[in-house]
Amino acid sequence: MSHQEAAGIVGRGNREGAELFRRWFSELDHTAEQGGLSAYVFVMGSMCEVLRTFSLPVVFPEINSLQTAVRRVAHEYLNQAEDYGFSPDICGYVKADIAVQLRGGEHPMGRIPKPALAVLTNACNTYIKWAEIWERMYQIPIFTLDVPGTRAAGTQTWAGDADFENDRRYVQAQLTELIALCERVTGIKFDIDRLREVMGHANEMSRGWKQVLEFNKSRPSLFNALTDGTIYLGVTNGFRGSPDGGRYFTKLVEEMAYKAANSIGTLTEEKYRLTFIGVPCYPIFRRFNELFTEWGGTFVHSTYLWFASGGANLGFEYDLARPLESLAEGVLISVRDAMDSMFYPEHALLEMIDSFHLDGVVYHPIKSCRTTSTGMADNRRALMAARDVPSLFIESDMMDRRVVSEAQMKNRIDAFFEGLASRRRQGAAAR
Amino acid sequence: MNPRTFETWRGKALDDVLYECRELFEDMSFPTVRRWRESGGKVLGHFQVYFPEEIAHAAGMLPFKVRGATIEAVQADSRFGSYLCSILKTSLELALSKRVEFDMFVTHPICDAARNLGAIWGRNFPYPCQILYLPQNANSPAAVTYLRNEYARLLRDVEKIAGRRVNEDDLRRSVAVYNRNRALLRELYAIKRDTPWLVSADEAYVLTAIGGLMPRQEHNEILAAVLPQLATRPNKKQDKIRLVFEGGFCEQPPLDLIRAIARSCYVVDDDLLIGLRWILEDVPLDGDPLFHLASAYLEKSSYSPVQHDLRKPKEKMLIERIRNSRADAAILTAAKMCEPGLEEQVAYLHALDKEGIPYFISEFEEKMTTFDHMEIQLETFVENILFS
Repeated sequence: MSHQEAAGIVGRGNREGAELFRRWFSELDHTAEQGGLSAYVFVMGSMCEVLRTFSLPVVFPEINSLQTAVRRVAHEYLNQAEDYGFSPDICGYVKADIAVQLRGGEHPMGRIPKPALAVLTNACNTYIKWAEIWERMYQIPIFTLDVPGTRAAGTQTWAGDADFENDRRYVQAQLTELIALCERVTGIKFDIDRLREVMGHANEMSRGWKQVLEFNKSRPSLFNALTDGTIYLGVTNGFRGSPDGGRYFTKLVEEMAYKAANSIGTLTEEKYRLTFIGVPCYPIFRRFNELFTEWGGTFVHSTYLWFASGGANLGFEYDLARPLESLAEGVLISVRDAMDSMFYPEHALLEMIDSFHLDGVVYHPIKSCRTTSTGMADNRRALMAARDVPSLFIESDMMDRRVVSEAQMKNRIDAFFEGLASRRRQGAAAR
Repeated sequence: MNPRTFETWRGKALDDVLYECRELFEDMSFPTVRRWRESGGKVLGHFQVYFPEEIAHAAGMLPFKVRGATIEAVQADSRFGSYLCSILKTSLELALSKRVEFDMFVTHPICDAARNLGAIWGRNFPYPCQILYLPQNANSPAAVTYLRNEYARLLRDVEKIAGRRVNEDDLRRSVAVYNRNRALLRELYAIKRDTPWLVSADEAYVLTAIGGLMPRQEHNEILAAVLPQLATRPNKKQDKIRLVFEGGFCEQPPLDLIRAIARSCYVVDDDLLIGLRWILEDVPLDGDPLFHLASAYLEKSSYSPVQHDLRKPKEKMLIERIRNSRADAAILTAAKMCEPGLEEQVAYLHALDKEGIPYFISEFEEKMTTFDHMEIQLETFVENILFS
């Protein structure tokens, strides 16, 4: 590969991801201007496979909301929703979206179209309450795809097991009902070959996403799970089931392979390899990451990359010969995994400490999200009891800057790194 | 084996029975559970809201409604972050402090916080801890079969702990006990609704709550003895407004808060401890009991902010509750940090505005100890209605 080609490949994922993102929002803006239909969906179980079969543009309100925080205008939206009656103790994503709706779709990245239907899973209970708000606002059909999760740690069942089959039949029956609903809303007849085509693109994406995540075992790490990872996540969600989405991940794998072969890392000097548990601090997104990178710390992985991709990290590939049955199985296994990575992350973390050569674990519980945050303190206790690994526990929010204290956070993070440095010195002295 | 767990009420006058019930309710050492265990019984703890207690009861276990407590979360606090409701912490504290000892724990995905309890409990205790996945798509025709089979899965796990097989007749016997309990609780609520001066909100609350602390057949005996005496009480009707209390489906307000409300209002209906009385009609005693129980969840259950059913919009159901109980107004409350409750408040207040029904908004926490401010605000609210 020539020097010029190499320069083109390194960072391509970020450039093209950002470009896809802008295009997606521009298309949504166009849809809104034209008064077109859209489907409101969520990152854990978006059901893009079905919705794209009906050519429905997908809107991810979670992504819209986090964009208001990244662009530092979230507080304007939160205030508006609180004036409408929503408590300060309710999820900031919900409130920012309510304000977007109250503003007729006005958003920093363009106009968001109104929903023709909303599709959600039970991976987050707030999804359900959120969709009920749209139902009241727009009198649209809302469809809850109920995906039973793992009943107890380590008891996942698989195809062929009677309990798994009970769950799968339930999910598959609901998929059939969702398809009938999409036919009614769009007036388009369901085409199973079109579904196969979309699922094929989703397969390419899942395959690539799994490989990308594995690549970060490389030393130095090839991407920052917090910053670069968030761009990749945007594509896994917004472009799932599209040719662009599949192609993007095939090329991203190529980029990672190149960087791994040439030891091109994200930091000039990678001192500490960390994993991140939870949702990023979007109100100070760039600065939050700098608080770690300034010490030579980089996030080589995060549970966010698992659950916010709806479990696509598993790399589940659909069997296109039996699309509906396989879709039910894939959704069940993937969404279940997304939930597991929030409720039982210690099992995967224990394995990752060695395979990803982790120096520390950063827990980031946030006020807005009880799904990801409720079990973190207890999870940390369990992890520390099982392994001697340093960890940091910092609370803030993903949307609400009123509960983000940068100075306090910096103190804690600095102390954490001082501890890591001291531990390393003591380890070296002991040898 | 069927040990008696609560006997001190027997042979006493109505006011003394109510006193004994209140003492039991407020006793944070949970003597009924302790007596049950001392006689060799096993206990299944289930977190709020919806749980088919009949399944545990049929296996000879004591189903214990885990609904928090008015205790300090000394050990549990370090297992949780900051922005969470109190009931999560005090529920875990009950178990960590061994005030209540379980042989099995079941939680439900009623909210984002509660669904984490299965994992948290599982990391802290050696006995089986699990999530019962009640259907969140109640409108799917496939939901009832799914739930019937999910109940069968739960039953298999319960059998392992109970150490005995449960057949359909065992289940039917338990369903019959619970049908009787449901009928008695409906009767209690009818007294509250039709003659609220005969039973105060706090008395009715205690009479309901103790059902979660003892075998239901014992609860049935108490209710069967008390209800006829309530109906013949010589109390006089007072000039109080009729209120519906909404917001007590999960975390419970302190008894003193309910008492404070009762001083100025008649609480003619509520969702307090709805998890002890969520099946609204009798469950059939013929056919497949698990199917009937599953069907009861989907077709005959009370609404709450944590149940999603497109046929039961919560604000419509609240207005029905207000109309059916001939209430003049509503108290719309939510536990602090309770996301589903706080979200529903918005829908409720907009719906009540539209209907022209007055409402009083508040938040509570189970460990609140002062109510003066709330009481003054509520009295002002009541006076505004009485003199408008």
